[in-house]
Amino acid sequence: MSENSIDYSKYQAVIGLEVHAQMLTKSKAYCSDAYDYGSDPNTIIGPISLGHPGTLPKHNKEVVNYAIKMGLAAHCHIAEYQYYARKNYFYGDLPKGYQITQDKTPICTNGYIEIKTKEGAEKKIGITRIHMEEDAGKSMHDQDLYDTLIDLNRAGVPLIEIVSEPDIRSGEEAYLYLTEIKKLLKYLEICDGNMEEGSLRCDANISVMIKGADKFGTKVEVKNMNSFRNVQRAIDHEIKRQIEALEAGEKLHMETRTFDALKGTTAAMRSKEGASDYRYFPEPDLPPLRITPVYIDSIKLLMPELPKALFEKYTKQSGLNEYDANVLIDDKDTATYFEEVLSHTKNTKSAANWVMVNVRSYLNEQALHIKQFIIKPAQIAEIIALIDDGKVSHSAAQQKIFPALIESPSSSVLSIAESLNLIQESNSDELQVWIDAAIAKFPEKIAEYKAGKVSLVGLFMGEVMKASKGKADPKVASALLKETLDKK
Amino acid sequence: MERYTHLQSIQSDIKSDKISLPQLVEYYLKNIEDKKHLNAFLEVFTEDAKSAAVNIQQKIKQGKAGKLAGMVIGLKDNLCYKGHKVSASSKILESFTSIYSATAVERLLAEDAIIIGRLNCDEFAMGASNENSAFGTVLNDADNTKVSGGSSGGCAVAVQADLCLAALGSDTGGSVRQPAGFCGVYGLKPTYGRISRWGLIAYASSFDIIGPLTKSVDDAQILLEVISGADEYDATSSEKPVDVYSQASVSGQKLKIAYIKETIEMDGLQPEVKVNIEKSIERLRAQGHTVEPVSFDMLDKLIPIYYTLTTAEASSNLARFAGMHYGFRSSNAHDFESTIRKSRSEGFGAEVKRRIMLGTFVLSEGYYDAYYTKAQKVRNLVKQKTDEIFSQYDFIMSPTSPTSAFKIGEKSDDPLAMYLADIFTVHANIAGCAAISIPNGVDNNNMPIGLQFMAKSFDEARLLAFVKNFRSE
Repeated sequence: MSENSIDYSKYQAVIGLEVHAQMLTKSKAYCSDAYDYGSDPNTIIGPISLGHPGTLPKHNKEVVNYAIKMGLAAHCHIAEYQYYARKNYFYGDLPKGYQITQDKTPICTNGYIEIKTKEGAEKKIGITRIHMEEDAGKSMHDQDLYDTLIDLNRAGVPLIEIVSEPDIRSGEEAYLYLTEIKKLLKYLEICDGNMEEGSLRCDANISVMIKGADKFGTKVEVKNMNSFRNVQRAIDHEIKRQIEALEAGEKLHMETRTFDALKGTTAAMRSKEGASDYRYFPEPDLPPLRITPVYIDSIKLLMPELPKALFEKYTKQSGLNEYDANVLIDDKDTATYFEEVLSHTKNTKSAANWVMVNVRSYLNEQALHIKQFIIKPAQIAEIIALIDDGKVSHSAAQQKIFPALIESPSSSVLSIAESLNLIQESNSDELQVWIDAAIAKFPEKIAEYKAGKVSLVGLFMGEVMKASKGKADPKVASALLKETLDKK
Repeated sequence: MERYTHLQSIQSDIKSDKISLPQLVEYYLKNIEDKKHLNAFLEVFTEDAKSAAVNIQQKIKQGKAGKLAGMVIGLKDNLCYKGHKVSASSKILESFTSIYSATAVERLLAEDAIIIGRLNCDEFAMGASNENSAFGTVLNDADNTKVSGGSSGGCAVAVQADLCLAALGSDTGGSVRQPAGFCGVYGLKPTYGRISRWGLIAYASSFDIIGPLTKSVDDAQILLEVISGADEYDATSSEKPVDVYSQASVSGQKLKIAYIKETIEMDGLQPEVKVNIEKSIERLRAQGHTVEPVSFDMLDKLIPIYYTLTTAEASSNLARFAGMHYGFRSSNAHDFESTIRKSRSEGFGAEVKRRIMLGTFVLSEGYYDAYYTKAQKVRNLVKQKTDEIFSQYDFIMSPTSPTSAFKIGEKSDDPLAMYLADIFTVHANIAGCAAISIPNGVDNNNMPIGLQFMAKSFDEARLLAFVKNFRSE
């Protein structure tokens, strides 16, 4: 059967994602070893990380707090009692021979994440559960000719696993969902969301069925996708592959496949999943932890405004358009910067323009992140104030003051404007001198103006600006000019 | 030198210059040497002990010594002591050195106890006769053809034979009390969570507790006082304040003591053991206490609950011994799977493997609810029923074991018969409460008989004060 004869549109893809997010806590999940990505192998390992005999896990309350934050951000129910469980399996990078996780009682259940499709439609992706667990170490199979090398730095680093409902229908939706998850993680400052470094990992469960069917198709798990784009590509490829296999009369079977980013295809992995029995049982070394409603409220207070709330605020209260609002909330640090500018000025539109246009284009040119930006939000607000007060022109602010401020960020905006001689004249006595001189230069044009040739104002204004060397405040000057002409 | 039974007499004799601490250490070292055939010690920390003795002697003279100055103590080989070997009497950890100390060990040292060596035990504390040690059976000093009991067999014999004043063991189902009973010494199993388990090599996490073996109740009191209390390194350790056990008293109080009818009527109870407990009941009544039989219809459930739950936990706790990051690695291993498979097959002894397999089975998919979940439910029932008894009575008494020490080899081929040696002791571990075995005379062959008293959780102060009176009155 040729590909062309397949009607892909009669199929419906059903996708659920499992996302592992590494928590940015100061220390590991069950011991006080610090964690820092990129440290020399096997340097951040105490007796607990090493699983030495006689060691016991220690609660890290911060992990619980982080998981609660993510649960609240994803509209989840937070369980009152946290029971921990052991997941038992042997692996070289799992020193204890089990992983401390949560089995039947995840900390967060039954929530959702909202995505907005390209067409602008809002869609809720259900969150089945979020649970806490610890990471294993890292096995490196390709660093040594004969041996597998093991780095236990990562062993015991806290993770949350976010499991979605099978609500996702395409690679694009998966991409949008992940973008939204990452945005939340970063807003909450609980994970840096870096898929290349492995601080965010994603496995996809994919099946296809004929549209309207009442039973899901056979589920295939795809692993090893190291970017959001690759998740999207892998899913789209896998959907196509499954449809084509079904159309060719093949029977799909449950398996784990790996994504090859170079070829853009998936391939079956050594299947060992079917046989594994993790023998979950309650972790006897960690008594259940109780989370009261009062405690949850105290965590709520620590949470920043989330992108959705900011979007509502910017579009509904501040009068920004959706595009601008989206640009500002896309990155938490940009939003934070913008919020700080707003705390010093009421001119929301100008603030948005300055952050989105001037600040961003400078940062893009210099390849800097907004966290490295040298000018303080209060200084941007000062520039806006000078423009609004008519003290400097918008173009002078953009072209002269802003670059000068970057050169000498400790100076005040006003002193820069003064030293560059950019302060506009709005004193009417001074202006009147220039206006009178300008009118005197073209006496014959007065009658024309009087006769109705209003555009002649431009001619007189040009003279005023010339005479004032650009320092005349154009708004005040043109009003005064008209007044003078009308009196003639 | 006098055969000391109380730390206090040692301390006063040192103060009055009757003896010195270095002399005392020399005395114990000589006893250890003379009684090497008992196989109680796996390693003697000779030089450490000698130099500590000199230092602490000086501290005593300067009046700066800790509460346990003069205490020469042995550690069961499942307690970690920084810079020292710890093997859990297993080949799999034969040459392993701990990089940290157990909280209990640190607390001993902080009060100037001298740790004289590590003591033989059943491998990973699994056994009731010390015949499961990878380093040989421990002999009972009362009769060298008999077992020491287990799993803290080395501890019990070391105290019995005066190789040290006291020892720290661990008790998961009777591992302190049963050998203490077999060897005629005191063996205390404190309430679960009373002492931090940090640094105790885990057998069954929800049952394990460290406990002292001593020649006197006073020494059990002072040791418990020092090593008990909350510990940030053990989330299951109790925050309850530690009592001043040595000051507690129940003098003049008329108490209510229960004995479980079924324990006395049990088939297989050695006749002298039965007579022994009956006489003890009479003695207590003569002291003015009320002693009454109660019914406890779950006696036959205790061993099944115990072996279902402890083996489940053990199968997971012992997964870390895999020949990967430390300990024994099979020389026949050639890849990942054979490293784990062969190291474990060659490194663990038969009883440990039996329990790992049993535990793996009860946790496996399809069997979990039938075994683990059910046993957990029955464990809760046992706790409830035990609490009910404690709401009416101060203590529950029973023999420590159905028999006195048995012959070496007698039960080693019959695990079920061996498991029954724990029938009276596992109760306290299942319920989590406190219990003590006290020496209570001998049988017709002059073998010690132990008597057990159980108390409700965290009631060690009264329990210890009570047994002290029982012995002295």
